[in-house]
Formats: sequence, structure tokens, C-alpha cells
Amino acid sequence: MTEFVHPALLYILGALPIPFLQGAIRKAYLLLIPVLAILAVLAMQPGSYGAAQFIGQEILIAKVDKLSIVFATVFTIMALIGMVYALHLTRAGEHVAAFVYVGSALGVVFAGDYLTLYLFWEGMAFASAYLVFAQGGDQAVRAAFRYLMVHITGGVVLLGGVVLHGLATGSLLFGPIEGGPIGGTMDAGAYLILAGFLLNAAVPPLNAWLTDAYPEATVTGAVFMSAFTTKTAVYVLARAFPGTELLVWLGTAMALYGVVYAVLENDCRRLLAYHIVSQVGYMVAGIGIGTEMAVNGATSHAFAHILYKALLFMGAGAVIYVTGRRKLTELGGLYRSMPLTVALYMVGAFAISAFPFFSGFVTKSMVVAAAGQDHRALVVLALTMASSGTFLHTGLKLPYYMFFGTDRRLEAREPPGNMLAAMAMAAALCIAIGVFPETLYALLPYWVDFAPYTGVHITESLGVLMFTALGFVLFLRALDPENTISIDTDWFYRKGARYFMWLAERPLARYETVVSDLSETAALPFLHGTARAGLRVDLNAVDAVVNGVARAILKGGGRLRRLQTGVVTHYALAMIAGVIAATAIFAVVWQ
Amino acid sequence: MIKSIVDFFGDEAYARQRRRMFYLALVLIVVADFLVRREHAEYLWDRLPGWSAVYGFGSCVLLIFVSKFLGHQGGLMRREDYYD
Repeated sequence: MTEFVHPALLYILGALPIPFLQGAIRKAYLLLIPVLAILAVLAMQPGSYGAAQFIGQEILIAKVDKLSIVFATVFTIMALIGMVYALHLTRAGEHVAAFVYVGSALGVVFAGDYLTLYLFWEGMAFASAYLVFAQGGDQAVRAAFRYLMVHITGGVVLLGGVVLHGLATGSLLFGPIEGGPIGGTMDAGAYLILAGFLLNAAVPPLNAWLTDAYPEATVTGAVFMSAFTTKTAVYVLARAFPGTELLVWLGTAMALYGVVYAVLENDCRRLLAYHIVSQVGYMVAGIGIGTEMAVNGATSHAFAHILYKALLFMGAGAVIYVTGRRKLTELGGLYRSMPLTVALYMVGAFAISAFPFFSGFVTKSMVVAAAGQDHRALVVLALTMASSGTFLHTGLKLPYYMFFGTDRRLEAREPPGNMLAAMAMAAALCIAIGVFPETLYALLPYWVDFAPYTGVHITESLGVLMFTALGFVLFLRALDPENTISIDTDWFYRKGARYFMWLAERPLARYETVVSDLSETAALPFLHGTARAGLRVDLNAVDAVVNGVARAILKGGGRLRRLQTGVVTHYALAMIAGVIAATAIFAVVWQ
Repeated sequence: MIKSIVDFFGDEAYARQRRRMFYLALVLIVVADFLVRREHAEYLWDRLPGWSAVYGFGSCVLLIFVSKFLGHQGGLMRREDYYD
């Protein structure tokens, strides 16, 4: 048996036959590939695979070590769960997009160099955008375009950083970037790479793409999206920037940022999306702390988070699938008709809130404990406060207004069996990790010296959580959802861009008109007049030389007029031609 | 079985029972927090039994009111057609 089969290859090549398969055969195939990918990850041995040379640079398609294996393990498990959840879909497009998305995420996880990483990074952006487009409707398509635009911009920033960093260090191999922002030894390229990574990790102020697009995606697509994009970003941060002080503060701030916005949110999946921001904050902070325990904590929390967050998205998705409604102000009283969904959703809610015997308890607390060991009292307090907020929203507010609360007398039933089965799989893992944390701990990159089940840890966690519940019970009315949307940093490209367009259309366009009017009323008649004069001189003096000059001027005048078409596409074409010419010259001279 | 558990948390008929169980749990947690052994007390609050209960409740209230304040007075919450 070969010691390494790239699971990304399984998914991306495996996506090709999907449109040609039908019915039960397609369903079996959709499950077969994820199972094979899990086996491929289980069988792989640490090492470097697929080293090559490309335009004079070293390429390493796959670098396998403990950090990449743990992420690949949870990615492949999650992909299987996601496929089970989406099994009832009849259209092939979403399945293909999901396969390419998962494959690209796995490609990033194993990438040994920046070019391979960048290629899969862009693959993720495009494949995941399709999952939003597939929802259809004006609102979703607009959100998908914004999502794509933001990620393309992020991709360009990343590529710029990769090129600069490559030129500065002479190597494109992907690994820890030496020096932190505090030490001041990081080059400009490293900062750009960091910015590209932070965008995908949805670190504020670069977070709005996530909360804008995820709730607009299809019911099944959002489940995949909740798992892969931010967590690959966590992986690359853990690989390249452990111990970067800036990340501690960004992570802590974002843990609270997501919780604050979640209070205001009325859309059930957007509320959950804000909790992705909050939970990824723990991971980013853990990576920033950078001790072995903190990186272990961030990694294990990513593992647990993927499973419970997908479970929560599956629960909310099931409600949307059955009722067609997504706003908390329009939901309520579903517990009678969907008890299984309620129970499975609550397992996810207990896991994200870190109740004892659920996965969050053994992973989130590792990050907090690592912050404590590193003498960061403020971080400990802030992250504990965010835990309280997490339970308040995902464990109390959302289920209360979605499943209990005012009975809206909605027609509802349990979702299809495959959806329930997928939720049950995720729920089982959430509990298994909480009860048997050693199995997960054995996968972590460093040796684990952390015992979550101590008396004081249990009573303190329960104290924080249950007294949060007391606050919820006492101030329930203050939390009633309201029919509003919240302004986030997407304001800058949704509203701000309109102001920019106004600027472009009014003052700038007017300036352009004035300039072209001037040339048409003053410059061209002058040229024509000169030409006519030349013609007269030519006719009268019969001077062949003057004749030629006059004709040239006439032609030049006409050409000048043609150049002034005012048609933007002509200008754009000229610019593109210029860029291509400059690139060609640069390439020739550079070689 | 799952249905009856879910019903217990939803049905108005069990409201009194639910409330009693909830307050009992709160008392038990605080009592247990006084009884557990505290070995590695790194910070001041680690030595204070019942601290987590106070902090949890305080965090919850703070988050609700600060967020709502930012939403209403800070102008973060807008009508749903704000971007249309």
C-alpha cells in the first residue's frame, strides 16, 4: 500500500463523475469518497510528498505532520457528516462545489509551499461562493458577489505577500515566519500574508463577509461553510504565526465582538455566524499566546468547534428547511413537532457552551488555562465573559425563540432522515470528545498536560453557565428579538461604495465632460483650421511638403478625436494592453 | 423518551417544577463551589468561592445591556431595508 494518497485529489477528481451519476448510485458514491478520504488520512505517515520545481521555485505539494493530520482528520470527518446532511439534494452542482471546497481545504492543510497553498486557497473561495449562489434569489446572489469580491481581494493581498516574502527570504516553503510584529523583524510580505490569513479567519474588521454571506447560503451549503474557511485560516495561522502577540489581542477582542453582535441579531443563522467569529477568537488568541498548551488548545478547539458548529447550523438549517422561515421574530413553538431536532441542537449548544461532558469543556478551557498559565489575567476574564455570552445566545436565546417561546402555530415536522442522521453523528462526536478527551489529546501537535475534569473546574464552569441562565431568565424581555439588521464593517463596501460611486458619477464625471468639451470646442477646430489653412497653402503654393504636413495634421486631429470617445471600455482596453506590455517587457528584462 | 424530556422544557404545565429544579441547581452549584479543593490558585478570584457565579451573572447582564445600548443608542441596529 502506498503511504500517502492526497485526500484533496480524492475530492477534486472525485467531483468530476457526480453529474453523470443518478439516484442510489450517486448517493453511494457521495458517501464512498468521504469514507475513502478518512481512510487516506488515517493511513498517512508524516513526511514530505510531491516535491518539485516550478519557475525556479521549490514546490512541496504535501507536508504531513501532526498539525496537518489533526486538521485533516476533522475535515474529512466533517465532510462525511456534511455529505450525509446534503444527501437528499437532487442537483449535482452543490455536491460538486462541496467536493471541490472540501478538497481545496485539504489542499491548504497539506500545502508545503505558498504557491500550492495559494492555489487551493482560491479554489476554496470560488467553490464556497457557489454554495451561496446556489441559493438563488436577489438577496443571496448579491451576498455571494460581495463574498467573492472580498475573498478575491484577500487572495490578491495574500499573493502579494507571498511574492514579497519569497523575494525577501528566497524561499516559498510554507512554515513559521520568524519574528513578530513587536520584534519588528517581520517584513512587509509577512504582514500581507498575515492580513490575507486574518481575512479568512474573519478577524474584525475583516469579519463582515462571513456574517453577510453564511446566512444567505443554501441550508446544506452553510453547514460546509461553517466548517472549512475559518478553520483552514486557523490552521495556517498556527503554522506560520504562533506566538504573535498581536493575535492574542485580536482574538480576545473578536471573542467579545461576536457575542455583542449576537445579542442584536434576529436571523437565526446570522446569530450562529457571529458565534463563529467569537469562537474563532479563542483559537486566534491561543495561537497568539503560542505556548505548547495554547497551540494545543487552539487546535483541539478548532476540532471540537467544527463539529458542534456544524451541528448548530444543521439544526437551524433543519428549521429553515421545514418552515421556510429564518427570523426569530417569526419562529417559535416548534418543540412539539420537532423534538429530535431540538434535542440534537441542544447537544451542539451544550458543546459550544462548554458544559461538562461535552466537547467544548475539554477544548475551550485548554485555551483559557493556557492564557492563565501565561499570566494573562485580562485575557482569561474576557474569554470567560465570552463563554457566558456564548451560552446566553446559542444555548438559551436561540433555542428559546426558535423552538419554545411564543407558539406561532407553524406547520412543521422533523426534517428528512438523512439530515437527522448527520446531526446525530455530529452530536455523538460532541459527546464522545467530552467524555473521552484522551483520544483527541493524542492527536494534538504537542504532548498534553491538562486535566479538564477537576472539581473546581466543573463547579466554576457550571457557576458561570447556570448564573448566565439566571440572568437570561430575569432579563428575558430585554432579549426579545427585534426586526432589524445590524451594521457591521460590510457597511464600507455596501453603503460606502455607493458614496464612492456618487463621487465617481457626479464630480469626477463632470470634470471629465468639461475636459472633453474643451478639447472638442477649442483644440479640434484649431487643428481643423490649421489643416484647412494648410490645404489652401498647398493648393495655392503647390508645395508637396506642406501638403503632406497638412494631411498629417488632419489625420492626427481625427485620431485625437477618436481617442476621446469617452467610452470606458476603450480606456480599460488600453490600460490592459499597457499592463500586458509592461509585464512582457519586465519579464524579458528580468530574465 | 426524548420527546417527553423536550416537552418538560416546553410545556407550561411543568413551569413550577422547572423553576424549582433550576433554583435548586443554582444553590447546589454555589455550595459545591465552597466545598471543592482549590490547589493552584493563581489569581485572586481563584481563591474566592462563588466568584464564578457572580462573574457569570455579571457578564450576562453586562453583555445584554451594553449590546442593546450599542444597538439602539449607538446606531448599530437599522431597519431591514437599510441597504436596499
